Amino acid sequence: MTARPIQFYFRGAVQQISGKPTTRSVLQWLREDACATGTKEGCAEGDCGACTVVIGERDDSAPGGLKLTAVNACIQFLPTLDGKALFTVEDLADGGDLHPVQQAMVDCHASQCGFCTPGFAMSLWADYETRSGTRTREQTLSVLSGNLCRCTGYRPIIDAATAAHARPRVAMDRAPVRAALDLLAALPALEYQSDHTRFFAPRTVDELASTYLARPSARLLAGSTDIGLWVTKQMRDLPDLIYLGAVTELRTITRDDDQLVIGAGATLTEAFAALVAANPAWQELAERFASMPIRNAGTLGGNIANGSPIGDSMPGLIALGASVLLQRGDATREIALEDLYLGYQKSALQAGEFVRAIRVPCGPAAPTMFRTWKVSKRADQDISAVCAGIAVSVRDGLIESARVAFGGMAATPSRAPRCEAALLGQPWSAESVRAAMLALSADYMPLTDMRATANYRNATARNLLWRFWLETAAPATAPTRLAEVSA
Amino acid sequence: MMVPRGVIGASLPHESAKLHVSGRAQYTDDMPLPAGALHAAFGSAPVAHGQITAMDLAAVRAAPGVVKVLTAADIPGENNCGPVLHDDPILADGLVQYWGQPLFLVVATGHDAARRAARLAKFEFEPLPAVLTAEAAMAAESWVLPPVEVRRGDVVTALAAAKYRLQGAVDLGGQEHFYLEGQIAIATLREDDSIHLNVSTQHPTEMQHMVAHALGWRAHQVSVECRRMGGGFGGKESQSSQISCAAALAAWHTKRPVKLRLDRDDDMTITGKRHDFRIEWNVGFDAEGRIEGLALTLASRCGFSADLSGPINDRTIFHADNCYYLDAVAIRSLRCKTNTVSNTAFRGFGGPQGMFAIETIIDDIARHLGCDPLDVRRVNFYGDSRGTQRNVTHYGMKVEDNIAPALVEQLVRDCDYAARRVEIARFNASSPIIKRGLALTPVKFGISFTATMYNQAGAQVAVYSDGTVLLTHGGTEMGQGLYTKIRQIVAHEFGLQVEDVRLSPTDTSRVPNTSATAASSGTDLNGKAAQAAAQAIRARLSAFIAARNAVPPEHVLFTGGRVIAGSEIIPFVDLVGQAYRARIQLWDAGFYATPKIHYDPHTMMGRPFYYFAYGAACAEVALDTLTGESRVLRADILHDVGRSLNPAIDIGQIEGGFIQGMGWLTSEELWWKPDGRLMTHAPSTYKIPAVSDCPPVFNVKLFEGENVEDAIHKSKAVGEPPLMLGLSVFFALRDACAAATGGPVELSAPATPEALLRAIGGLAIPAEAA
Repeated sequence: MTARPIQFYFRGAVQQISGKPTTRSVLQWLREDACATGTKEGCAEGDCGACTVVIGERDDSAPGGLKLTAVNACIQFLPTLDGKALFTVEDLADGGDLHPVQQAMVDCHASQCGFCTPGFAMSLWADYETRSGTRTREQTLSVLSGNLCRCTGYRPIIDAATAAHARPRVAMDRAPVRAALDLLAALPALEYQSDHTRFFAPRTVDELASTYLARPSARLLAGSTDIGLWVTKQMRDLPDLIYLGAVTELRTITRDDDQLVIGAGATLTEAFAALVAANPAWQELAERFASMPIRNAGTLGGNIANGSPIGDSMPGLIALGASVLLQRGDATREIALEDLYLGYQKSALQAGEFVRAIRVPCGPAAPTMFRTWKVSKRADQDISAVCAGIAVSVRDGLIESARVAFGGMAATPSRAPRCEAALLGQPWSAESVRAAMLALSADYMPLTDMRATANYRNATARNLLWRFWLETAAPATAPTRLAEVSA
Repeated sequence: MMVPRGVIGASLPHESAKLHVSGRAQYTDDMPLPAGALHAAFGSAPVAHGQITAMDLAAVRAAPGVVKVLTAADIPGENNCGPVLHDDPILADGLVQYWGQPLFLVVATGHDAARRAARLAKFEFEPLPAVLTAEAAMAAESWVLPPVEVRRGDVVTALAAAKYRLQGAVDLGGQEHFYLEGQIAIATLREDDSIHLNVSTQHPTEMQHMVAHALGWRAHQVSVECRRMGGGFGGKESQSSQISCAAALAAWHTKRPVKLRLDRDDDMTITGKRHDFRIEWNVGFDAEGRIEGLALTLASRCGFSADLSGPINDRTIFHADNCYYLDAVAIRSLRCKTNTVSNTAFRGFGGPQGMFAIETIIDDIARHLGCDPLDVRRVNFYGDSRGTQRNVTHYGMKVEDNIAPALVEQLVRDCDYAARRVEIARFNASSPIIKRGLALTPVKFGISFTATMYNQAGAQVAVYSDGTVLLTHGGTEMGQGLYTKIRQIVAHEFGLQVEDVRLSPTDTSRVPNTSATAASSGTDLNGKAAQAAAQAIRARLSAFIAARNAVPPEHVLFTGGRVIAGSEIIPFVDLVGQAYRARIQLWDAGFYATPKIHYDPHTMMGRPFYYFAYGAACAEVALDTLTGESRVLRADILHDVGRSLNPAIDIGQIEGGFIQGMGWLTSEELWWKPDGRLMTHAPSTYKIPAVSDCPPVFNVKLFEGENVEDAIHKSKAVGEPPLMLGLSVFFALRDACAAATGGPVELSAPATPEALLRAIGGLAIPAEAA
């Protein structure tokens, strides 16, 4: 790694940036340094989408070798752009001609105050460039899940998403962008310094391991969907940062008959696609997990290593018996996921040790019945009051294994030992489930906060166990979930 | 007479739509700052109530980039930003009255530097007991303004005589505006003791006055400009004055331009919200559910200062009837003083809370009698305006334009209410876990400021010698399409295309003494004023061309970019050029004052409203009885905008209002810690509706009709009334709860999953499982 400026593709040329703090956000750079004010700040925490921009990365499997994803500029640090391309709302129109997504928004009356509009345009554009053809309503809702609008009530924006594809197609010429990124890829890995902090962007796992071992007080940074807020909300001064986004090996996902191995650097979008493919029971949670731009930026390894008590991937993974592969220097070890968490924001990771991959049993090795659900005030883009992962295997009518894990119920995502014990060895019956529901009440002492009271969390956790029974015991005669009902 | 319409009634896009989608619409934060500009940030109190005994700002002053730190002692004029009573300090002086109240202002070289420095203060407080809720304030008789009571008839006798009686109480939560663009002001000193501010505000004139008072200046030294806001919703009516005053003070002290932009968390902590209410009632009714007597208490949490709480709570009283005739009625309105942020205007301005109260009572009556709430609504509707029965409100205004019954019956047919009611009951009978609910609720909303003097507006129209038109008026654009409609109105007067007409930013130095763009009245007032200005110019042009063609001036036509006078047909631009050379005045000002209205605030009787706007919504929901989560499955809306000036914009207001009202009553929960600290101060914790909350089936139609009053082109105001269509969602959820419990329903608002699970008794182990 060598000290050099941050280099990325922007407005048809490679930008070279130095002298900016390592934690300067992409949004601050755009608005204050580049005087590109089309991208707005609405919340500075990745929740409103007014700052949505599109990032281009080299990816041979994507059209034109360029993968385009929408992310929140407010919580992305500027050095993470190194080697990538940045597109903003100002890039869409071709001279005086609006892009089809923009023209469709005008035609459908999809803007009122207009402040959120550039963000919506960018989410729609990323989708437009990624897929051609028509969209289902559900696909559009997913694409726009990270954009809040307070004026329109969304109907005209949803209409615009469809209308854009009815207009003559205008696709970006990706060749010059890819060519520019290829040149950047030939540069040495980034080691950027500003003031007193440094930003390392190793490109191999070995480089990552040695860099971290040499600087164990540095902070690992992946999607910055949490660490970004330490700066924008808590105004913390961060130590040296080691960025995982350039370590391509870390994004690898492999699957065989018995297991799915997800590299810690795989984005949540990539990881959930693999989890859903392995077990469709992940589908609902995958859609409700944060929002599209957060899933595009955040990583499964980050969600796990961060260890938040309300991290939504962990209850399901713990229930499935997932383990984490840890690496420190050359040494690796593997532990059960639930054993990673020692207490509130305390993990079993040693100094200089990082999560390399997540191993999830699948196929014959997986439990026979599995569900994972989150419950929150709002359907999309919310933080769970309660998140459940429940896995039960039954042989000859008796419960052979039961793994029940919850988020939002304790200081860490954790299993419910009394509940599991009440199930184990019992007949798979309503009576057993009822007993387990009672036992569950003794497993946790949840908090009361702005998301829910302790009473509600306890009741909902119990009720989700009951839903598990209803959905798995017998063919359902009546709906058990809102998604199954329509007017 | 039918008004020729042309651009009037056309679904033209928002005048800034192309700028919005391309990122070129300039908001206050996007304006290039002059060299040397500084940035400010507030330092806030970490207690809800207390006397400051020591404030150590040494570390703040020493922080990198800090240029100046201001406290209350640095305010040369009046330390107040309260619009009615002078009880709202710009910077608290000694006494802290809510958690997060601004105590000092840091001015620094950068936004980030100012915010970081603001956290370095050290305080010592002598804590005082904090009153945090309306109920606690009622117990302590703590008021920002004295209680008010409106009475008609003998309620005690009516209640005693009624066949049925019900008592009840409900808690109704507040609402954060969550305009996407936060509060912001830029203050720039100009020569000779004058200052110009760019502010994201609905009320430039009030900003002008407040800044002048804070600086100890007079109004003509201050100008305030606003081209557009990134949303307002009432939150930038009075609440932007603290931001404006602080920015102006900082500019005055540093002699440099200063921008004050609130971070989202600071914005949500220090700006007021929709009032939350504690509502209690005692109602008597007959076997059909007809209300015979009602005693109603409406207690609102106003926060630490009066702000606009007086007129807001008045409007709650005025809308406690919604569409229903209340014969013997006594409404007591309590304006509770609490150690929380001062609550303020929010789309509907107290009206939604009044309607929530009466709709809850109607729903309870129906469930008590075992009949469809729609039938109870019908028997309580105001009577026909042509008769003499049941058509005068409890504040003495005759309901002259009652279209609610006809509008509701049309929606009942359009949405297939009766058949769906049957189908949903059948579904619920065989669905133990998921319950569906249905409700159809009407809206009647009074249009005008209840303070009569605010019902005035001015505009200025300039026709340049090349035939182009530039106009400005006293209203502000916050996304509602005001500029678009005014542009249509003026283009119509000259027979031009809207592209020939531009609007310049709203500016107190161009149109003075403006009212807030509020009370849904922006188009009604400013549209008429702009029309008057345009008509004055047109009259001169007509006289000029009529004279040479020997036709009466009123026979001159302005259409399609041409002017027709007898046999002469001349392009508008040519006539204008000739008129200029003939030394005819091509610009003018227009003024409008709403007729007919009068209101005595002491007796609370009169005609506070020029007219009513009506609407109705039918919502269908599904409720998950295991988690309390819910979804809206379908919504049907029929809404009255009179003769629409722009149907696309009106439908946008209706849909957006409905969703915002739905959010208020479902997912938008404000939650305070016991120490008075607001914990839902950002979108991560405060949940406005997201895209997937938009109903999958969403049918919105405009009611065919026209305003019986002479409003601009016979249209009706549309900003606020649709918000209350969202009540249908809450009452559909109540219906689903009733399906789950089979009994009466006690459901507080917002109907979060927890509130719903509590309402159906689901916090206990489910019956099938126990």
